[in-house]
Amino acid sequence: MSCEPWQCAEIAATKKANPISKPEVVVAMIKRAAHPILIVGSNATDRWLEGKQLIEYIIEFARVSKIPVVATAHMVGEFLKRGYEPAGFMSAMDIGNRLVDPNWQGLDGKGHPDLALFIGLPYYMESLILSGLKHFAPDLKTITLDNLYHAHASWSFPNATLEEWANNLKVMTLKFKEEGGQ
Amino acid sequence: MTTKNVHVKIGEMTTQAGLIKNLEFSIGKIVDESWTEPMGPTPMPSLTTLRDWDMKLLNKYKPFYMPDCDLCCLCTFGKCDLTAGKRGACGLDIAAQSSRIVLLACSIGAATHTAHARHLVEHLIEKYGRRYPLDVGGLNVKVEAPVTRLVTGIKPETLGDLADVLDYCETQITHCLSAAHTGQEGNNIDFESKAFHAGRIDQVGMEIADIAQISAYDFPKADPEAPLIEMGVGTVDTSKPVIMCIGHNVVPSVEIIDYMKDSKLEGKLEVVGLCCTAFDNTRYYNRAKIVGPISWQLRFIRSGFADVVVLDEQCIRTDAYLEAERVKAPVIAASEKNCLGFKNRTNDPADEIVADLVNGKVPGVLILDPEKVGEVAVKVAMKIAPLRRKYQNLPSVEEIVALAKTCRQCNMCQRSCPQDLKIPAALKAAAEGNLTLLTELYEYCVGCGRCEEACPIKLQIHSFIVKAGERCMLEEKNYCRAGRGAVQDIEIRNVGSPIVLGEIPGILAVVGCANYPKGGKDVYDICREFALRRYIVVTSGCAAMSAGSYKNEEGKTLYEEFPGEFAAGGVLNVGSCVANSHIAGAAIKVANIFAKRSLRGNYEEIADYIHNRVGAVGLAWGAFSQKAASIAAGFWSLGIPVLVGPHGTKYRRMLLGRADKPENWEVYDARTGDKVNVGPAPEHLFQTVETKEEAMVAIAKLCIRPNDTWKGRSIKLSHYIDLHKRYYGIIPPDIHLFVRTLADVPMTMKDEIIRILEAKGWKETIIPDPTLLPRMVRKKKE
Repeated sequence: MSCEPWQCAEIAATKKANPISKPEVVVAMIKRAAHPILIVGSNATDRWLEGKQLIEYIIEFARVSKIPVVATAHMVGEFLKRGYEPAGFMSAMDIGNRLVDPNWQGLDGKGHPDLALFIGLPYYMESLILSGLKHFAPDLKTITLDNLYHAHASWSFPNATLEEWANNLKVMTLKFKEEGGQ
Repeated sequence: MTTKNVHVKIGEMTTQAGLIKNLEFSIGKIVDESWTEPMGPTPMPSLTTLRDWDMKLLNKYKPFYMPDCDLCCLCTFGKCDLTAGKRGACGLDIAAQSSRIVLLACSIGAATHTAHARHLVEHLIEKYGRRYPLDVGGLNVKVEAPVTRLVTGIKPETLGDLADVLDYCETQITHCLSAAHTGQEGNNIDFESKAFHAGRIDQVGMEIADIAQISAYDFPKADPEAPLIEMGVGTVDTSKPVIMCIGHNVVPSVEIIDYMKDSKLEGKLEVVGLCCTAFDNTRYYNRAKIVGPISWQLRFIRSGFADVVVLDEQCIRTDAYLEAERVKAPVIAASEKNCLGFKNRTNDPADEIVADLVNGKVPGVLILDPEKVGEVAVKVAMKIAPLRRKYQNLPSVEEIVALAKTCRQCNMCQRSCPQDLKIPAALKAAAEGNLTLLTELYEYCVGCGRCEEACPIKLQIHSFIVKAGERCMLEEKNYCRAGRGAVQDIEIRNVGSPIVLGEIPGILAVVGCANYPKGGKDVYDICREFALRRYIVVTSGCAAMSAGSYKNEEGKTLYEEFPGEFAAGGVLNVGSCVANSHIAGAAIKVANIFAKRSLRGNYEEIADYIHNRVGAVGLAWGAFSQKAASIAAGFWSLGIPVLVGPHGTKYRRMLLGRADKPENWEVYDARTGDKVNVGPAPEHLFQTVETKEEAMVAIAKLCIRPNDTWKGRSIKLSHYIDLHKRYYGIIPPDIHLFVRTLADVPMTMKDEIIRILEAKGWKETIIPDPTLLPRMVRKKKE
């Protein structure tokens, strides 16, 4: 597993994502967060892991972790088709723009998110949004749950195979199942 | 409009006053005031003339920055790390640096179009004279240059007038660029305002370029029935000598076509083009052919079809000459901007140059005389075609299988691919003799060639994809309507009212380059969806080619299926990149011809009118260039929202409204001076959308304007709701923000929407006469 940006040119300068050594670390960080959100992009239906669409893993994870989900692009329809209602949906640009606004009080109006998790956006889009958050949302921690290293996140999994990715998602889901969600 | 550089010399003259001897005087300009329209407040704006207007828009649509790079390395103080609030040695922070890059991109774009215009105008003046009259559409187009009139206050009538307008553009672009120097502008919003200014100038530069070439080369003149042009690799008769022209500046291509005709070789060779030169070739000569958008360069050259490659300017692969050399196709560089290291042979006899190219003595030449380019290109093509025998640089299927076996599966190709295409898996399958996965990549590949650059064992991966997709490529036989140029005044009269009142749900301009996330089919699908919904769909540039590259169930391309009029349900191709100015021009003409607003030097009022009334939205699904950035900036400045596809994120700055902040959506009611909340209409000024489905919903929503009548709003909402339900599975949760009175609610959805309105605590508001400009209020408050 490597901590080089998946798309070779998407490099960062002095502030690079800390690698996540094991998925349990993410669970602990989510539990510590007061207002986490999970942002899910359009690759959620394009990626298949062990014969299952990524969105199925995400729904399972979101249900047990109880993290509010923001669906980008047209993903809300895909969630609804599968019987899961996300907490909100908006374009990837809109959620990024709200996250850099310290006065935004989150989807439920109860407080600005302190942890934003990303999964399933096109790599370059996610990379740039994470860059925007790194620069303009200094109090926000970001984590990418993708299997591709994102240098602009606060925390990122290293580049990993689809099998490893599926395993990471399963471990996190199981951990929340065992210990309860947010 | 004006006469420039009048020079009077009197040797000796006897008058009643006395004898005049050796009197000599010059006058820079004589202003001809036969144009009766009064001059508006902002002719020839400087960097700051329209700053207040820009600030109004930038306050409503604040920048959201996504820095592509944490560093600044533009001066020797640097590199400076600007991460998370740090300022560089010059004092600039990352917000200002990001907007500075936007300004640089827009200035480069504006300079490119304007330099193109300058070259065209100077060449045409040399050929036809300064007094050559402009004719954009005969009696059908009285407002021949709406952008120029609006920005500069000048009504150009001759080629010479265009040259004067360009003087102004060049000055402004220089100022814009200078603001990006270290230690100049320091505020991000002021950088943004200057980027808007570059966009305004860019629109003028584009308009000048296109009306010059329309007039002098007799391109289709605002013609809704401009001819259908053959398009696609499969339309090229490769048994004939083929001259391929790549770029944007048609001047050398015109000379090629003229020489071919004069030499009675018409029909004996093929003149084909890539990118905007292709469009302009076909506007000049309807038997020229369009190969495809700019990203087709590698596939066409490597396939060996071109016997001569002529490179003019803009968006050309800078290694195209090396690629051509590999297939033994001589190259003629025909632009000062793009000399490619070739020896300048402009002053050599044509036949000497021809001999050197045909004999392979030199791989290419620089020729800066377009007429000579024409002669040399035709002669070389005729002589070299039998020798080359379409020598190509593509491997055979057997070679691909053998080479794929050497792949190390290191993933560097995929990691370098902007589309993240699964190339390693395709190569693994190819190694086992199965080319299906490689073939599937053909549609999605943007032809950048980065996979090959990254491959540690130098596999020609792009060539593998092209070979695997060869059958698809050779079957590409489509039609594109030749660029029609401007929109007629009569067309504006016919649609002005339904556009402004909202009964034509919107104008969708699908423009820009071919850096698509999932192939060109998305462009076709989007155009067709909105044409069927009776929006006015306008196309230009590479997007116009992609729109015509797919067929409906009856085998008809978009341009065969829909009429080419600027009318509900029309699909019209205005032409090449520089023809984008006609799209802005159409919006401006709605304000002028339909609403009788004065254009001349009256930018702010007209932009305010368009922003609040004309439901137009631009979509640059595959935008990649700095020119695309400046084109977008011209639309932002007019208050017209622009969407870009996912790769557009890399422009690193969006201009986003906040629907959740009601205070952002107030306008003045010009009738009373009251402030009225009109909801987020349009919600954003510049936004990346991630998928085709998201684009469709966003387009319908962004066409909503404060001025819509209840009937118009009801029509617009029915499209928004329908698309939202189709792609998002539910009724839009923000629908209450767009309903002003119950009459706005589409009849067929009344019960459902009224329930939502009640749940949201909705209250009825008035439909104002909207403006962002206090000076436009007719009745002042006591």
